[in-house]
This record gives sequence, structure tokens and C-alpha cells, in this order.
Amino acid sequence: MDALLLLESAINGALVGLMYALVAMGIVLIYKSSSVPNLAQGSMTMLGAYVVLAFANNAGAPMWLAIPLGIVTMFFVGIGIERVALRRLAGRPIIMILMMTLGLEIFLRAGTMTIWGGTARPMPIGISDAPLFLGPLLINRAYAVGAAIAIVMFVLFVAFFRTRLGVVLRAISDDYTAAWSVGISVERGVALSWAMSAVMATIAGVLWSSVQGADQSLALLLLKGITVAVLGGMDSLGGALLASILLGVVEGVASSVLDPMIGGASRELVDAAMLILTIMIRPHGLFGRHDIERV
Amino acid sequence: MLYRKAGIFHTDYAADRALFPIPADRWTIGLLLLIAATAPLYMNSLYLSSYLLPWLVWTAATLGLNLILGWAGQFHLGYAAVMGIGAYAAVHAVRTGIPWEIAIVLAGFTAAVIGIGFAFAALRVKGLYLALSTLALQFVMDWTISHVQAISGGTQATLQAPDIRLLGIPITSDAGLYYIALVWCLLVTSFMLNLKRTALGRALVAVREKDYAAAVIGVNSFYFKMVAFATSSFIGGVTGAILIGTFYHAVTPEQFSVDVSIQALAMVIVGGLGSIIGSYFGAAFILLMPGVMNSFISWLANLLGLSLSLETLAHLPQALYGALIIVFLLVEPLGLGKIYNNIRDYLLVWPFGYVKK
Repeated sequence: MDALLLLESAINGALVGLMYALVAMGIVLIYKSSSVPNLAQGSMTMLGAYVVLAFANNAGAPMWLAIPLGIVTMFFVGIGIERVALRRLAGRPIIMILMMTLGLEIFLRAGTMTIWGGTARPMPIGISDAPLFLGPLLINRAYAVGAAIAIVMFVLFVAFFRTRLGVVLRAISDDYTAAWSVGISVERGVALSWAMSAVMATIAGVLWSSVQGADQSLALLLLKGITVAVLGGMDSLGGALLASILLGVVEGVASSVLDPMIGGASRELVDAAMLILTIMIRPHGLFGRHDIERV
Repeated sequence: MLYRKAGIFHTDYAADRALFPIPADRWTIGLLLLIAATAPLYMNSLYLSSYLLPWLVWTAATLGLNLILGWAGQFHLGYAAVMGIGAYAAVHAVRTGIPWEIAIVLAGFTAAVIGIGFAFAALRVKGLYLALSTLALQFVMDWTISHVQAISGGTQATLQAPDIRLLGIPITSDAGLYYIALVWCLLVTSFMLNLKRTALGRALVAVREKDYAAAVIGVNSFYFKMVAFATSSFIGGVTGAILIGTFYHAVTPEQFSVDVSIQALAMVIVGGLGSIIGSYFGAAFILLMPGVMNSFISWLANLLGLSLSLETLAHLPQALYGALIIVFLLVEPLGLGKIYNNIRDYLLVWPFGYVKK
């Protein structure tokens, strides 16, 4: 196996991984604030892409306007989902909450298909197809842009968590009862985290559909997102970013080695294996908080 | 009215432990069994083989999943994979010449052995992480089944299931297949009904409520989690084999994909966690709903003069299916079984509603 080829797949893998981080950070944001593992993040990503496309194609807005409009719409969709579906389930057993997010996943995915149809559509956001060479290595330009935006979003979140509102969210994620008792509105904090994660989903949806077109397969990003989130620790944004690079590199290298051997489609297997290994060896992930269970 | 009881007042332990403490229940069960046993006589064979039979088989599957979810309180997002293992094991066993009766038991044991693999995840983690690891195992199983030539015959292949032969007699009539499903469903149901009254069932409930607390009172929670996974996988494996033998007649990897796992989970949730009658309701609801929804939507579209595109018609039932899961969790988290119990509790002492139940 050519070392240069391996290096190339490792670098492109890392960039793809950072794009997974866009989905994973959405999951982490919600889990941090309310301990709800959002299995609907994949279909929220898909919905975000379709909303942006609806503004661009149906309402005729130019792309630079459609994306902010889509983000604002999804912000309120996120608030709505929390208000209608999740708030009443607070304190219920985790199985109900998981089932609720699974129900949301089915509802959002099929609802999007019902409204906009299932054929794949292009998402032209103006990334040129011209090859990008880094020395002898061929880099995928779309992945590079996505990865850069993922890092920018991460920096924005780090800055946000230092503002007053960010401190409120951190207080909620530390201990929501204590946050409640000092007068923080936990409900509004959780709603805000859902809204932010819907915004992340929209950004992820736009970037991913510029790579592969907007269709139903965007919802499958859930598996990648959740693997990254678990690997990094469900409540650590920085962990998600690092884990996404790790997963991307492993996936890129493993699939370029394994695919010729077993005839393709090894990416999903690598993801599932990473997820199982993480849970077996280090359930709280690389940087997650180790939960102490009280009897 | 129906029950003629003013509360339940047992005077000895035998009455308390009875499977059906109220005579009216015994009569109802007897009547229902009679209706079920004579169904082929009065029922159109189309209804028999395309509604009643899958309902019974899926009820058995729901009960198996309910054992792990409702009784032992452990997640299982990969139940379809377990059923698939059973199905493939049975088909391959019959093809090598093993009689069908033995093949389905083999299928159950194969599924149980691999199902214990899922249990090892349960020994290490619980809650969310258990759910995710079983989901990942489902993907691994899917991948293995569809990519290993020896199991599925290639990614796009369909394996024809050999005809069912019981004691050497081939069973091909709709009624015969229906009776096989009925007997299996009744076996699983009576197992689950009796499970409540055994030490095993009580141990599982103790593990569900709090595994540490169970350990403190001397219940080995690891052991019972393992037993729960093995038993429920056994039921799942045999059910998968019977589903293929009586309903699909051919086996492909897509029949046991992750969507089917979620569908089985929806049956348990809609029916009610840990409820046996609820498992019947849940399976019926989830199985019948797409068809009912389809005809309802086209009726509504006709009524309002809308012309829906083919794509809308294809995806709308799925969206409503998701919406129904959401509505159930919001309105009645314990599902149809709980609704049934509420009505029954009300009628139990009707018209003396003030009586202690």
C-alpha cells in the first residue's frame, strides 16, 4: 500500500470527520443541557437542508439570503420541538425519551419527504470543483470548507460559553436543580440549546448536501454524529471535535485499506465497531464527565 | 356489569396466585381461544394469511422484546437482527435436511447464543450507552448477514425458504400455517403470563427497578440480565424462523433491518411496557396502521378534492407513524395496555365506582 495514498486518505478523512463534528456538536449541545440523547439530529440535518432549499428554489431567494433565513427558521423549529415534544417528558425514564427522539426522527424524515419529495437535489453554495493540491496530496475542496466551518463554529461556541447566557447554559448542564434554585429558567436554557442545535443541523445540512446533494441519506449522518459524540464524551464539545478527527482518520484509512479486500461498504462497519469499542472500553468517552450513579 | 365484582378480596394464597383471578376473565379467554381456533372456518383466507397470521407472529416477537424491555428493563435496539439470525439459521438448517421442528429450535438456540453477545454490552453499560451499543450491533449483524456469502448468498440475494414439514407432513394450506403461528403465539403468551408468577420473573423485575438494589438483596443482576437476553433472543429467533416459514416464504437481509427493530420497539411502546395484552394491541396497531392510514388519506384527498403526488402518498403514512409514536408518548406513555386496564378497572366495580379496587 502506497504511503502517500494512505496519507491522502488520512487527511481527507480528518476533513470529513470535522464535517461529522457539525452533526455531533448538535447532539452534544442538547445532551449537555438536558441529558437527552437526540437521535433526531440526523433528520434535523436533513430538514435544515430542505428548508434552505425551499427558500432558495421555491421562494427564489439567492443562496446568501436563503441560508440565514433557513437558520432562523430552524432556530424556531428547534424551540418548537423542545416545547411540544420533549418538555413534558422531563424526568421520565430514558427509554421514553429515546423512543421520543426516534419518533421525531421518523416524523421529521418522512415529513420532509412528504413535503419536498425524495429525489436528490443539488445544493449550489459556490464551492468550486477545481482540484486543490497540498504538495502532492489531492484535497477535496468541499470537505476543506466544511472542516473550516466546523472549527469556526467550535470557536464561536467556546466564545459563546463565556458570555452571560453561555454561563447560564453551563450552570444548567452542571446541575439543573441547583440552577433552578438560584433562579435560572432551566426550560428556556434547554429550549435555547435545542434551537442552537437545530442551527448546527442546518449548517451541517447545507454543507453535506453541497457535497452529496440533498436527499434522504442526510438522515444517516446520525450514526456518524452519535459515534463521534460518544467517542468524544457526550457532554464535551472539544471532545467531539477531536473525536471527529480521530474517527475521520480511522474511517478514511480503514476504508481505503479494507474496501478492496472486502468489496466496499466498510465505512459503516468501521463506525459501528468504533462505537462498540468506545462503549466497551471507555463509556464516558475521551473527555466526557464520568457519571456517578447514586443508588 | 361484566365482572360482577365489588373489588377483589382474596381469602387464600391460591386465589391470589391464580392466573386469572376473576371468573369473567376465564370466560373471555375461553371465548377468544374458541374464536381464534375456529378462525379458518369462517374467515376469508386472504384476511387469515395477510392480517391475522402476521399479527400473531409479530405479537410473539413483541412479547419477546417486552421480556427484555418491560420486564428486565434493558434496552434492545437490535431485536430484528436477532430475529434475522433465527430466520437464516432455520432456513439453512432445513436446507441441510434437518426436520423443521428441530430447525426452529436450533434457530432459537443460535439466536440465543449470539443474543448473549448483546448481553455482554448490558453487563458493562446501561441506559443510553446500552441502547447505542445494541444499535451498533444491529448494524454489524446487518452487515455480516448481507456480506457473508455463506449466510445470505450475497448482498442482493433472496433465499427461498423450504416448505414447512411437521412430522413429515408438508404444511402449505393457509389454515395450517395459521395454526402454527397461533400455537407459537399462545406458547409465548403463556410463558410470559406465568413468568410473572415465578422467581425468575420477580428477579427480572427487581433488576429492572434498580440493579444495585437487586444485588443488595441477593439477586445476581448480571446473571439475570444474561438470562433475560438469552430467553428473549430465543423467542426472537424462533419467531423470526416462523415469520419466514409462514409469512414471507423467502428471506432477505432487508426484512430484518434497523427499521424493523424500531418497528418492533414501537409495538412495545405503543402496546405498553411490560403489558401482555398490550403487546397484542401494539402489534395490531403498528401492523394495521399503514394500510388504514393509506385508505384514510386517499379517502380524505378525494373528499377535499386534492390530488396528492405519488411521493406524498408514499411518505405520508410513515410521517403519521412517527407522529403517532410521539402522541402516544405524550398522552399515554404506558400505551394501549394501560388504556385497556383503565377501562377494565372502571368496569370491574361498575356501578360502584367508590369501591376500593
